[in-house]
Amino acid sequence: MPDYTTLQVVWFVLISILWLGYFVLEGFDFGVGMLIRAVGRDDAEKRAVLHTIGPVWDGNEVWLIVAGGATFAAFPQWYATLFSGFYLALFLILVGLIVRNVSFEFWGKGESARWRRGWEWAMILGSALPALLWGVGWANIVHGVPIDARMEYTGTLFDLLHPYALLGGVATLLMFLTHGAVFLSLRTEGDLGERAKAIAGRVAAPAAAVGIVFLLWTVLSHRGGIDVASAIVAALSAACLLAAAALARRSAGRAFLATALAIVTFFVALFVDLFPHTMVSSTSGAFDMTLNASSSSSYTLTVMTVVAALLVPVVLVYQAWTYWVFRQRVSAEDFGAVRNPLDLLAARHEDEGEDDELEPAGSRS
Amino acid sequence: MEVAPGVHSVASMTALELARWQFGITTLYHFIFVPLTIGLALSVAIFQTKWHRTGEEHWLRATRFWGKLMLISFALGVATGLVQEFQFGMNWSNYSRFVGDIFGAPLAMEGLAAFFVESTFLGLWIFGWGRLSKKVHLACAWAVAGSTALSAYFILAANSWMQHPVGYRMADGKAELTNIASVLFNNTALYAFAHTMLAAVLTAGMVLIAVSAWNVRQGRETAVFGGTMRIAVPMVTLAAVATIVVGHFDGILMTEQQPMKMAAADAVFNTEKGAGLSLFATGDFKSNPEGLNRNVQIPNLLSWITTGYPQGEIRGINDINREYQRKFGPGNYTPIVAVAYWSWRGMLGCAFAMLGFAAWGWWLLRKGTLRDSKWFLRLAVPFAALPFLASSCGWIFTEMGRQPWVVFGLLKTDVANSPTVGAAEVWITLLGFTLLYGVLAAIAARVFLKAVKKGPVEAGKAEDPGQELALAY
Repeated sequence: MPDYTTLQVVWFVLISILWLGYFVLEGFDFGVGMLIRAVGRDDAEKRAVLHTIGPVWDGNEVWLIVAGGATFAAFPQWYATLFSGFYLALFLILVGLIVRNVSFEFWGKGESARWRRGWEWAMILGSALPALLWGVGWANIVHGVPIDARMEYTGTLFDLLHPYALLGGVATLLMFLTHGAVFLSLRTEGDLGERAKAIAGRVAAPAAAVGIVFLLWTVLSHRGGIDVASAIVAALSAACLLAAAALARRSAGRAFLATALAIVTFFVALFVDLFPHTMVSSTSGAFDMTLNASSSSSYTLTVMTVVAALLVPVVLVYQAWTYWVFRQRVSAEDFGAVRNPLDLLAARHEDEGEDDELEPAGSRS
Repeated sequence: MEVAPGVHSVASMTALELARWQFGITTLYHFIFVPLTIGLALSVAIFQTKWHRTGEEHWLRATRFWGKLMLISFALGVATGLVQEFQFGMNWSNYSRFVGDIFGAPLAMEGLAAFFVESTFLGLWIFGWGRLSKKVHLACAWAVAGSTALSAYFILAANSWMQHPVGYRMADGKAELTNIASVLFNNTALYAFAHTMLAAVLTAGMVLIAVSAWNVRQGRETAVFGGTMRIAVPMVTLAAVATIVVGHFDGILMTEQQPMKMAAADAVFNTEKGAGLSLFATGDFKSNPEGLNRNVQIPNLLSWITTGYPQGEIRGINDINREYQRKFGPGNYTPIVAVAYWSWRGMLGCAFAMLGFAAWGWWLLRKGTLRDSKWFLRLAVPFAALPFLASSCGWIFTEMGRQPWVVFGLLKTDVANSPTVGAAEVWITLLGFTLLYGVLAAIAARVFLKAVKKGPVEAGKAEDPGQELALAY
């Protein structure tokens, strides 16, 4: 079995991967949520937009739940300091996510224009607020916040809202918006696809500009000089952001690859900058929380490593399968009328010429 | 005005007290949707299987109709579940530091093993009609049902460790995991899981009966709702019996593991042989009133159900308190007796009422007169509140009966909260969540009732565009 320090590094990497997965996946559904009114003009179009993320957004959000749970299990001191310290910021994120989650479910459950408009705005704000605050939060973690010798956060909400952190928030907000617009242009057809592409083209450049300024600031402000590894990844991220801006109007597929890679490398640069700490103290370097000081016991990390090794590959397989099942582009024409399951089954029957499997067993006789 | 010690005005509540209220409110609210979702997911999987096997269209319509109600419950359960995971760290950071080595593991496993399956296959089920083959689609329904149960298992294992810590040692003032199997197969967890799963079936069953009865009374969709009723009535009867039986053995285990909690539930102050079961009692509303003012009881019944002998000994609150003072140092180790006493009775009262009601329904069903029984059909609707009351009482009893401990015998609640989070901050989140949850409850109830009134859509007809969608958006 690997030694204790290795296990701690493994879990830092694994938790980083969970956050990366969360931001790449939920990133586009934040963007789609924010664009519901900008891309969808009538109910059929909005329904089509919702259907691009409908089957997957909940699974995407589980990446966050698992990142939180894994942090609790592997680095309880990190979890305790971070969650109690960023108290009101996390409260706002939770409110945003709750409102957003129910807005997807409730939007179609009422007919009035007022009801739908209300839930659309809930979706927009519930997507934008976490998209902004995750950036603010991670900028603060990397930059350092007031933490005392007992690993307790000693600041307030307003200590988290300094220019660097706010810039980080705007960067993630714009990146997720671009990512979502590109995703929509990839997943929709006709007017919807054109509109999404136009929006992607407009927001990709500002996203790249803000993202690059933020990354530069991060690299230059690293305590004790530039962290070379982090700077290299940040440069990669900058390249991806520029590539996304160049490709957004041309190729949706390549642009999506670029925004996804940009988000991954953006956060990898932050995690590399943070390593080998879990929290940085702006009060004193002596109060920085190291992996070792934050971590669970060797036994717990070993148990969790076995569990993760067994389950993570399986999760990746079936989540990938979902994206494969729902790979078809959607268009507003598909959603003018809502069909019932027997019609859908019949349509599938015609499309694929499948035989008895589709017929209920009892109807054969 | 004289105020009892420990009771003071709302405005001067401490961060600790507010954090406790927040945990109570958010957890009870979350647990309205949890058992309903678990039970409905199972019911929907059963209905879909029936459709698959028989090809009868009314089972398809039942699947779609109940599936819609399940999704409303699911949405609220998932949304409020996020708060549950976050608030351990937000409000209870000392607790998190103390138990993280143990408590975090089942939480992370719940996410990896259950939530990923649940969310992914739910998406496949909702949007997969016509895209997946019928068999694969049915398998998705079962994957969802199975994963909801699995998630309940992990979270109950975590909670059971707080009731009955096992597989750990103390190191540097923190609990450290020494044996994961002991935590996952804690006998407390096995009982709690059986009890909770049966209660979930009971909850969904009572809702199935209520909605079906309402429709049968109006003579609507009798094929669909008659079918549901024929499954739900026996299901509730058997689940009620089993929940009570498992609960009984759970109680005996608890008498062994947390004798104070059971003594408080029965308001037994002094150790006695041949103790009676109290039916109604009054006392002073404080944690240890040292006696009752009034007590109506059935002689010897408590001793008999707890120990198996009419003359068996039941340990009293005062004796246990003295023992804990010797063991853990000076202090008061009693929960608020009135809360434990009445929450326990509330839970049992609801359980027996449901059992009686469902047994009556089964008898009517066998006679073939259920659909003509005005009273059964009428009572079914208000009776749907009982399972929710019962599980709320159950959790209030379990959690408040453990006080003053947050982890029994290891960590007290009054040192478990976040030291840096002040009362003003907890007020903000407490009011924020409570208001948000209140608004969502009103909207969810409206949407739920609307879906119920609309009834199952005829399978041969397309749903109207612009009208409420079937399952997808």
